[in-house]
Amino acid sequence: MIRWLFRISLLIAAVLFAASARPEVGPRTLEAQTRASVERDYRLAWQSLQRALADNRPELLNEYFVGVAKDKFTNTIREQRKAGIQTLYSEPAHDFSVVFYSPEGLSIQLLDNVQYREEIRDHGRSVGSAEVRARYVAVMTPTETKWKVRLLQAEP
Amino acid sequence: MRNAAQCLCGLLALLVVSQAGFTQDALRWPKSVEAGSSFSVPTSGSGPAALYIVGPGDAIRRKVQLGNTIFFQPSDLHNAGHYLALLVAGGVVQSAQFDVAPSQPASLSFIAKPSRLPVARADAISGVAYVFDVFHNLVLRPQRISFALSDAAGSAQSRSASTNNGVAWVQMNSAAKAGAAQFEASVDDAVHERRVVQQVPGDPCRVRINARASGSRILLETEPVRDCSGNAVPDGTVVTFTETSPGGQTTVDVPLKRGVARTELPAQRGAVISAAIGVVLGNEIRWNGGGQ
Repeated sequence: MIRWLFRISLLIAAVLFAASARPEVGPRTLEAQTRASVERDYRLAWQSLQRALADNRPELLNEYFVGVAKDKFTNTIREQRKAGIQTLYSEPAHDFSVVFYSPEGLSIQLLDNVQYREEIRDHGRSVGSAEVRARYVAVMTPTETKWKVRLLQAEP
Repeated sequence: MRNAAQCLCGLLALLVVSQAGFTQDALRWPKSVEAGSSFSVPTSGSGPAALYIVGPGDAIRRKVQLGNTIFFQPSDLHNAGHYLALLVAGGVVQSAQFDVAPSQPASLSFIAKPSRLPVARADAISGVAYVFDVFHNLVLRPQRISFALSDAAGSAQSRSASTNNGVAWVQMNSAAKAGAAQFEASVDDAVHERRVVQQVPGDPCRVRINARASGSRILLETEPVRDCSGNAVPDGTVVTFTETSPGGQTTVDVPLKRGVARTELPAQRGAVISAAIGVVLGNEIRWNGGGQ
């Protein structure tokens, strides 16, 4: 009997530990379908950012970026064009989780530990590259058909 | 023979580079700088080089002279995030990665919802505040945000919350008194953002009707209709009067005008008259030909 009680208490402790280790999402309940949409759109946003920075085409940002994030990356592309440079982000490896979903459902925040190789090209010629590991904070907002990135900023 | 020549060329190139004193070491770059601040980076060696800096909102290509210090003005780098810097000279690349950190809080993105709601609802108003610096960078260092909701009668609720990854949120109760409430978020007592939340009367608390005879008709009138906090229910709210008699049922919908609804129904001995607003039922009157 005591052995059974011990086993049950161990099981409860394990469940409680697992629950506390999981990142907290809230205050609004995040439904599985919403989570899937956010995760899909966040990955697609990164892909469109990669293409936009590699080809210096700011219009590629329109589909998945809005507000401050779109303005800032558009500015980067404008400056890249002026300087004749391109930036290539190769195969980013994401490890992200949703950490905040606002009560009114108008913003959702993700933390992403991302790793990629960043290469700078000057007039098409590679001048160097580096392996980058950074932790990004992203804020996404819902639009008519998809979630768009309103803010994407690496933590210092 | 060709391999030997290639080796010789490589050695010569290396000799030229090392003579210039520019080797493939890491750049002595600060690990983190504040957005919009000036800073400098020393370089070694001599001769011309190209500096490339790419980050979230900035892309810089600059010709520099090795051996000189590279200076950055406050306007050069003001977008927070992770940057890659490459210094290229004669095929040799020095690289550095650094962060531009947000500066001090300068603005709030404050979302208050809903903009209109009934009075006396617990935790019905939500406020979410994102903290930004002057360059629209999200300030990630924890900040204390004060939230205050003051209603038309002058009473106020206040709460504070610390930002987590740049965002703080609270939930507030709507006031008992109807009217426009000011919902304010502030940080450091210096940055304020205000929203207006309209608090409207809630559902009627009760309905009471009076009746008097007028020839072959009954004049019916409600007492002023109020919610459970004593606020007058808005004009236009529909009151349904129903008269049930052995001959059948008559129903009339009348909107509130100046807080009351009035109508006339046929006077029928033995009729039962009642009124309702939504799901709230009023008193019943049994008509006995002039008495109630």
